[in-house]
Parts: sequence; C-alpha cells; structure tokens
Amino acid sequence: MSGHVAPVRKPLITGSKTYHQITEDICRPTETAPSLSWVITFMLSVMCLGVFAFCVAWTVWIGIGSWNLNRTVNWGWDITNFVWWVGIGHAGTLISAILLLFRQKWRTGVNRAAEAMTIFAVVCAGQFPLIHMGRIWLAIFIFPYPNTRGPLWVNFNSPLLWDVFAISTYFTVSLLFWYAGLVPDFATVRDRAKGVRKKIYSFVAFGWNGSAKHWQRWESLSLILAGLATPLVLSVHTIVSFDFATSVIPGWHTTIFPPYFVAGAIFSGFAMVLTLMLIARKVLHLEDYITVEHVESMNKVILLTGSIVGVAYLTELFIAWYSGYIYEQFAFLNRVLGPYYWSYIGMMLCNVLSPQIFWSKKIRRSLFWTFFMSIFINIGMWFERFVIIATTLARDYLPSSWSYYVPSWVEIGIFVGSIGLFFTLFLIFTRIAPVVAIAEIKSILKTAGDQYIGDKAHSHQDGRSEPITEGVNDDKEENK
Amino acid sequence: MSTERNILFGLYDDEVKLLDAVKVANADYLDIDDVYTPFPVHGLDPLLGLEESRLHIAGFIFGTIGCLFGFGFMTWVFTRDWPIIFGGKPYWSVPAFIPITFELTVLFAAVGMVLVFYIICGLGPGAEPRRLHDRITDDKFCIAFDATDLGSDAVEKLKGYFTKTGAESIHSKVVPV
Repeated sequence: MSGHVAPVRKPLITGSKTYHQITEDICRPTETAPSLSWVITFMLSVMCLGVFAFCVAWTVWIGIGSWNLNRTVNWGWDITNFVWWVGIGHAGTLISAILLLFRQKWRTGVNRAAEAMTIFAVVCAGQFPLIHMGRIWLAIFIFPYPNTRGPLWVNFNSPLLWDVFAISTYFTVSLLFWYAGLVPDFATVRDRAKGVRKKIYSFVAFGWNGSAKHWQRWESLSLILAGLATPLVLSVHTIVSFDFATSVIPGWHTTIFPPYFVAGAIFSGFAMVLTLMLIARKVLHLEDYITVEHVESMNKVILLTGSIVGVAYLTELFIAWYSGYIYEQFAFLNRVLGPYYWSYIGMMLCNVLSPQIFWSKKIRRSLFWTFFMSIFINIGMWFERFVIIATTLARDYLPSSWSYYVPSWVEIGIFVGSIGLFFTLFLIFTRIAPVVAIAEIKSILKTAGDQYIGDKAHSHQDGRSEPITEGVNDDKEENK
Repeated sequence: MSTERNILFGLYDDEVKLLDAVKVANADYLDIDDVYTPFPVHGLDPLLGLEESRLHIAGFIFGTIGCLFGFGFMTWVFTRDWPIIFGGKPYWSVPAFIPITFELTVLFAAVGMVLVFYIICGLGPGAEPRRLHDRITDDKFCIAFDATDLGSDAVEKLKGYFTKTGAESIHSKVVPV
C-alpha cells in the first residue's frame, strides 16, 4: 500500500497516528460532553438564530415594506446575502469533487467539514429569495406543478427560475454526496457506541459493514458523483450570475459575470472553510489532521481565485471605458466614485489587495494571518455583491428616480440572524458527526502520515494497529 | 436449508497482511466468503475477482432520462400546453432551456445512482446486514469464510490458514442469512 510518494510531499497527518488512534481522535467530539467554549458559542448562535426568526416573522407579518427597498433599489441586502451565502456554499463541493478528480490528498482532512458548510450555507442562501417573495406561503408557485391556474406554468426562460433549479439540484446532490461519505463513518461511531446512541447511529449508518464489494461501489459512486458535481458547482454560480448578466441593466449586462462569479464563489468559500477549520482544529483538537499543509494549500487557492477576481474587476472597468459608450462608462465610474464609493474601496481592499500577502510563504503558513484574512475576504466578498447590486440600481435610467439605499433594522437582523442559523447548524454537526472523514484519512495514512514520509519518517513498522485487548476469541466456542 | 450461517473469520491488523493473506487463499483455492475493511483497500478487488462496478451505467441511464424529461417537458409546455411569447422570442426557445435541462440531467443521474447504490448494497435506514466485529470499522481487516457446511477438518485447515498468514485473532459467529 505504500505507493510512491514524491519527496517534496509533506506529511498531511502528523503525530505518527495508527488507524485506531485516528478513530479515537475523530470520534471523540461526538462521544464526550461539549466543552464550555462550544456551549457558549452555541448559545450565541442560537440567540442570533432567534433574531433571524423574529425578523423573518416581522417581515412576513408587516410585509416587505418593513425593508428599506424602494422602487429604484428593489434588490438590497436580501439578494446580496443570497449571493454571498451561495458563493460560500461553493467551496465544499469544490474540495470534495474537483479535488477528488485531481487526486489532491489534502482534501481528505477538510472535505467533510467543507461539505457540511456547503449544505448549511445553501440553507442560509435559500432563505433570502423565499422571504423576499413577501407572501412566503406562495413559494410553491416557483415549482412547475399541475395547478388550478390553467394550469399556468412557470417561465422556463427566466434566469430566476433557472436559479430555483440550480440551487435545489445543488443542495440535493451536495447532500447525497455528503451523506454517502458519512455512512461508513457513522458505522465507525456506531460500533463504538452503546445504548441509545448505538440505536441512533445504527439507523443513520444504514447498516454499513465494510464489505469489499460495498467499498468498491462506494468508491465508484464517489467518483461519479464528483464527476457530476464538478460541472454542477460551476453551473450554479454561473446561473446565479445570469440573474444579473441576462438583464438589461448597465453594469449587470456583462458576459464576464459567469467566470468572475465562480472565481469569487470559490474565493469566499475557501475563506469561510478556513475560518471554520482554524477554529475547529483548535477546539476539537484536530491539529494532526488539519495541518499547516492544508492551510497553505487552501491559501494558494485563495491567492489564485482572489487574483482572478481582481483581474475581473479591472477588466470590467477597462471594457466599460473601451466600449466608448457613455452610459456604460457612467455605470462603472459610478461604481467606483459614486455614492457607494466606500463599498468599492472595501471590496478592492479586502478581495484584491490584501490576499496578495499570500505570495509570502511565511504568511501562507501563519495561522494568525490566515484567520485574519479569511474574515477579511468574507467581508470583501459581501461588499462585492453589494457593489454590484445596490450601486448599480441606485443610479438607474432616470436621474429623477435616483435614490440611496440603507437597510432597515429588519434587514440587518435577518443578515446577522442568518449567520446564527449557519453557526447553529455547523456547531450541531460538530457534535453528532465525525468532522474529518475517518475512512478517507485512514486510506491516505501510509502515503501521507508523518511516520512514513517527510523529514521525521522512520522505518516502516508492520502491524501498526493496536491489538484487541478485550473479547479476543470470546465468541469462538459458543457455536460449537 | 438452515436460516443461519456459521461464519469463521480472522482479523488482521494491517492491509498489507490482508492482501498477502488473500493471495495465499487464492493460491490454496480457499473460497473466501467476503472481506471487510475499515476503508477501501486498493488492489483488493482484482484479488477477490470483483468485477468493476456498473453503477456508472445506472448513472448514465438516469441522466439521460432527466435530460429528455426536462427538455421534453419544457418543449411540451411552451409549444403545446400553454404557449406564451416572452420578449418576442420563439415559443420553442432552445438556448433558454439548456440550464434547466442540464440541472435535471445532473439531478436525475445523482439521485438515481445513489438510490441504486443503497438498494444493491442492501443498505438503508434500519437495515441490519451481517456485522462480524466492532473493530472492522475501526482498524481491523477481516477475511470471512462460510463454515456452515464444513467438517471439522476443513475448519481446522482454515484456522491453520489464518495462523499461517498472520491473523491477529480468529473468531466464529452465527449470523442470519
């Protein structure tokens, strides 16, 4: 099993782990009482979630009039938040699908949590279009089902409907992919559990027993799902960008949007994965599985996608100037120097300039700077969506209807509350499921464990797993 | 026919030992019932004579169904059932149908393939397939033989085989078929 490993590869699992230690380390958070820091964070998250529930209820009860949207700026924080959350939801599938196809072993340390994060981020994203409808109980109208209105169907030519299909497909496929990976790990937790926990985990583990044929099909399933999820993840943010790009609003009507949105989505998604993983590895003591190597790899992706986003910003400006068309030129000049100039500065600073510090290897490997930057990038990516949406709408065709938009407390509450929703779901996840893919980590141990490769590697030891200390041969004779 | 089977199995503590043991079993013409491992062990499938999984065929079929269904449904709605002109475009505006057709292709392929996977593996909520030892999902690699109809000589031979190939422990367990 110790295939050839290039000497430049650094270990991805440190601490000379055995298979059994991996199981112990990763299952521990699901088996012990939560720490005080978890309880405090969870309570804060649930409080934020309460704010979310209150503000959504307020919106539904009073109506969309409780938001500060007006006839000119009819998309504000709601759609900004929607695009922001969907973007964050891109990293998980990218890590688990695209990096699986590229055979990047470092994905095994972070894929589980990143996929969970994806699902929770899409849950948060999905709230915004729904509550933006105002009459949320009519949300079923977005689906094409036989109805008593004709039947009158939805408009299949509308990018907003494409979005419905893209987001719901993405959510479903991500969930299936994530759960298929969780089944063997739930079985590991099941086989260690007792009593009621054993019953619950038996149910969710679907009766997994590790048979060779099952593993073969499981690997085949993972690979094909990865192959399907790869174009899917690229299509989702492409379609989100179509919401803007297929409109006839100057500043939105640009062909650069799909690649620029996808790069931005990966950028913000990786930043959010880093924010969560840097906390999780400390709190859950997973430093041996989520190492500085993982962090550095992700920072490289951030540097690349951040630079792509930066090039896209500059290309936009260049093309606006080069078009020679004054209305297009005004739209972009207004974006940079107009009433929302501060959000443009914030976007440029957070998304384009600051990630350039990752050219330095020392900073790429610094946990402090990584954490700092991950927060910074998420703020920057929020600004990007705000710049695109609000800035453009505030200066529309008729100067007499120009306007300036500031959110109401309800909109702010919904946004802050959606962060609470996200963290509540994520914190629950860290308690009930293995945060690192146990089986996948074990499968790379002999090619990425620090006792096998890297500077501190010592000679191969056979039989590294620990002997069974109890119950040896106890059921051997009973059947005779 | 008995409704129970007596499984004789040995646990190994390393996948290299497991692979070597399977090779020995093949050389000795021992009929391995199944192998259970905590993670997918590469190189095991050809030794056990497992054919490549055909899940991708299921995925392709479901994907094709989704693709045709999505495109066909939109075509029917906008050309037969309730034609509406949107923005002066033709009723049958094919480019605008592509995104949803693509999404439905992926959705059908993924959901169909995952269902097929759980069904052919016999997995699902509440499923209780054969579970031999709690450490198999942790760090033990298991080779299992069906010893229901074997005489004591044959059982002794299998035990000898386990000892010879370095099994850490040998167990037997009665499981439902």
